[in-house]
Amino acid sequence: MSASTLPRPRTTPDTATPRRTGSRSNRTGPSSNRGGGFASKLTVNGLLIIGSAYMVVPVLWLVFASTKNAADLYGTSAYALGNFSLFENIANVAKQDGGLFFRWLGNSVMYAGVGAVLGSLISVMAGYAFDKFQFRWKDSLFGFVLVGVLIPNTATVLPMYLLASLVGMTNTIWAVLIPVLCNPFGVYLARVYSASYVPAETLEAARMDGAGPIRSFFSLGLPMMMPGYITIALFQFVGVWNNFMLPLVMLQDQKLLPVSVGISIWQGYSVPQPEFTPMVITGSLLSIIPLLVAFIMLQRFWKSGLTTGSVK
Amino acid sequence: MATQALTTTVRRRGRALAGTGGRTAALFLVPFFAVFAIAMIAPVIYSLVLSFHSQQKSGLGFGEAKTVFVGLENYVQVFQSETFVEGIARLGLYCLIYIPCMVGGAVAFALLLDATVAKARKLFQLLVFLPHAVPGVIAALIWAYLYTPGISPLVQALQGGGIQINFLDSHMVLPSIVNIGVWEWTGYNVIILFTALQAVPREILEAARVDGAGEIRAAVSIKFPLILPALSVIMLFTIIGTLQLFTEPSIISKATASVTSTWVPNLWAYDAAFIRHNLNQAAAASIIIAGLAAVLSLAVTRLSSRMNKS
Repeated sequence: MSASTLPRPRTTPDTATPRRTGSRSNRTGPSSNRGGGFASKLTVNGLLIIGSAYMVVPVLWLVFASTKNAADLYGTSAYALGNFSLFENIANVAKQDGGLFFRWLGNSVMYAGVGAVLGSLISVMAGYAFDKFQFRWKDSLFGFVLVGVLIPNTATVLPMYLLASLVGMTNTIWAVLIPVLCNPFGVYLARVYSASYVPAETLEAARMDGAGPIRSFFSLGLPMMMPGYITIALFQFVGVWNNFMLPLVMLQDQKLLPVSVGISIWQGYSVPQPEFTPMVITGSLLSIIPLLVAFIMLQRFWKSGLTTGSVK
Repeated sequence: MATQALTTTVRRRGRALAGTGGRTAALFLVPFFAVFAIAMIAPVIYSLVLSFHSQQKSGLGFGEAKTVFVGLENYVQVFQSETFVEGIARLGLYCLIYIPCMVGGAVAFALLLDATVAKARKLFQLLVFLPHAVPGVIAALIWAYLYTPGISPLVQALQGGGIQINFLDSHMVLPSIVNIGVWEWTGYNVIILFTALQAVPREILEAARVDGAGEIRAAVSIKFPLILPALSVIMLFTIIGTLQLFTEPSIISKATASVTSTWVPNLWAYDAAFIRHNLNQAAAASIIIAGLAAVLSLAVTRLSSRMNKS
């Protein structure tokens, strides 16, 4: 499933090496039983279970911990259910500072949503142009994009803050929204997607029919690249949702904060006031649920995105 | 037929397509390069300018501060700062522990997942990717609690076994933060490597088996070399990502005094800008971090292209 949706470079089917795409079906057939005895089966799957447990247990702990009040958190065994206080905790989270938490959650959705939808469109347009158009300085411009991929984001945050304060834009939503629109890696991915999803012939035919380049992008190119667009948007959504340093530096008004920075402020409160701890934990759980749901539902897209980015 | 002839001439002119010309391309490129200029180029140039200047107060320190060109003085001061050099050394140590653990773990897990006897591959993939859907702040928070005695089942279990470990003391806090990074990024890279493994031609493995190579032998001497290109990309992004280390230590610093406000270079720069109010030094530190990333990623790219050639 996952492998068949990958946008690989277009090779003609007859010359391409047969790949183990449906590997399960053709490798666990009767002939391959020779490969593994019971012992190796046990070792391999046992190690896989241990590895997955390491990944899952901390998240499970968060789920259990969010059902406890402050006393049970320190008093009862971690994976036991104390007095079930999940709803009480959620109510406390909602009450604090007049529902500020849900405002943070809304801000995160807004920053990540705009960043994902608009930022990816900007990247896809640029990647499409790099793939389909001929123009001067194409290679050097693309080189610029690649350098952009390599510049650590956090190295530009402080100077960006200083620039923003020159023009009086700190502590506004624009201070976060504009920088998150920039995704050089998205441009790189979009160029790959454009090369593998949009046949030049289709665009030529559209041109013969009199469609201009902009029209043919929006009515042909973009729909054909839609899976790529969704992949880039998904990764950008996660990237913005996880962003910590940029909003931390740019925003002082608590009403503008995304949930990541907001929760870290609560964590700061919880050091002198332990009664904040259940709220930090419950808030953390509430803030990862949207992402977990998105990831489980959009599995196909993130898998293909990861592959395009690195195997190529 | 006529259309076809036309198409070929168009194509012969060098893949010039729909509208062609620079002006059309510009329409598509301007939005990206506008945000690129704001979010990447301008900050880099501005911090270069800042890093060569300094705020100096005249006379007794009264009156307006003047901006003076000081050349490389800020860089010299940053490198003379004991805390910054310690931060760089700590980051180096962090890389030395983190990269082998995370990349090695990811390779091992991906190879296990690709073994013929592995079951429920899709489920394992989903589970192992789960931490990546958890934002860095939340991951650091979860682990901060898992390291805190009294709340943590981990500390409790170890105490039950007679082992007393303080995960947050000054010796353990670095490995403890490494563990957060490993937890966040291993699964992400497992998926990349596993997909690369799936593209290994089946005939090669079949031939190896006929020649009597066992599963482990095949993994080490056939599969591993074939995923080296994917591995070098992972190394590249891992190094760039590691240099940005900020979120995890800044969250952990609230749970323990072992993580100081200048613990890694990025924290040092943040501290310089917002606590010490020395923007020029902060800019110089940012440039040093970006320069370090550039040098290291160039080195990785060179090394991997040489490896792929030979």
